[in-house]
Amino acid sequence: MKPTAVSWQLFWAFFRIGIFGFGGGPAMIPLVRAEVVTRHRWLTDEEFADVLAIGNTLPGPIATKMPGYIGYRVGGITGCIAAVIAIIVPMIVAMIVMLGIFSRYRDVAWIRGMGQAVVPVVMVMMAQLTWDFFDKSKASLGWLISIAMATIAAGLIYWLGIHPGWVIGAILVAALLRPTGNKKAEGAA
Amino acid sequence: MIYWELFLAFFIPNIIGYGGGPAIIPLIEAEVVGRYGWMTAQTFAETLALGNALPSPIATKMAGYVGYEVAGIGGAFIAVAATVIPTLLLMLGALGLLYRHRDSPRVKRMSQWVRPVIAMMMAWLTLGFLLESLDSSGMVHTLIIGIAAAIALIRFKTHPAFVVMGALIYGGFFLG
Repeated sequence: MKPTAVSWQLFWAFFRIGIFGFGGGPAMIPLVRAEVVTRHRWLTDEEFADVLAIGNTLPGPIATKMPGYIGYRVGGITGCIAAVIAIIVPMIVAMIVMLGIFSRYRDVAWIRGMGQAVVPVVMVMMAQLTWDFFDKSKASLGWLISIAMATIAAGLIYWLGIHPGWVIGAILVAALLRPTGNKKAEGAA
Repeated sequence: MIYWELFLAFFIPNIIGYGGGPAIIPLIEAEVVGRYGWMTAQTFAETLALGNALPSPIATKMAGYVGYEVAGIGGAFIAVAATVIPTLLLMLGALGLLYRHRDSPRVKRMSQWVRPVIAMMMAWLTLGFLLESLDSSGMVHTLIIGIAAAIALIRFKTHPAFVVMGALIYGGFFLG
């Protein structure tokens, strides 16, 4: 198949994923699998699981790492660019157009009221995420360590004004360098 | 200079943000609202509301829109590039290394240890939205919308787009 044909296939596959992928990156993974493994057979099930596991070893959104890597593997640099653009650009344009119209009429009282009314909704969504992250944290670290880490980090970031990048960076380095006390697992890894 | 600031504002959250797109939101808020003051808490909340109502990854939607607001098309391009390119290059460049370590306890530990800090920053952001709403809409409207949204999202698992739409209608009629 010609490289341009593959790039178009990649574009449309990830375009569909981007359009139907509600709920953020992690929620989109089953859609990516449906296109990449089931429909186009670009990867086997096992390869897909490996790509996902590798993606999770790195920071940043999973929903752009996967299209980027799969696009590169199937269609080289062009495929990579086609897949990433297809998944992100349409909704960025939608955001800019919709919020642009909204801010133009911000002086109109009922439009401003609409803007105010979404703040409590976003608050509830953020509270849900907070609970979700804390719950997972409790499951892996226990509630005592989770609360202790959260409290210390809050003190450093909001009381002492240290940039969160330094706090999280230090934790990442410690997690990477500190011995695990599990030689067998480390040897296997 | 503005391009460099935009690059940093999105590069840093994405290079330390383990836990996918949602984990990056409080880190981006710390840069965009807290550090550089490009947006108020109100406009950030509006952006996040629309972002959650539309499909596709949240991190790139936020980057594209904030970048465009701050510095036009060029700004959008820089912010999205800072979000996507660094970790993608790492993934393509260090694939063999990452493959060998994909089940390593150290790598698993990285996202585990960062989680409580992200959860705390999310809680902080939740509190910020609460104070913002109390200030602009008052206690009664904040409670009505907040409780209705919580019931719809948690109890009935209503799609976020419909909840945001409901709030827009309520706001148009009662907060105008």
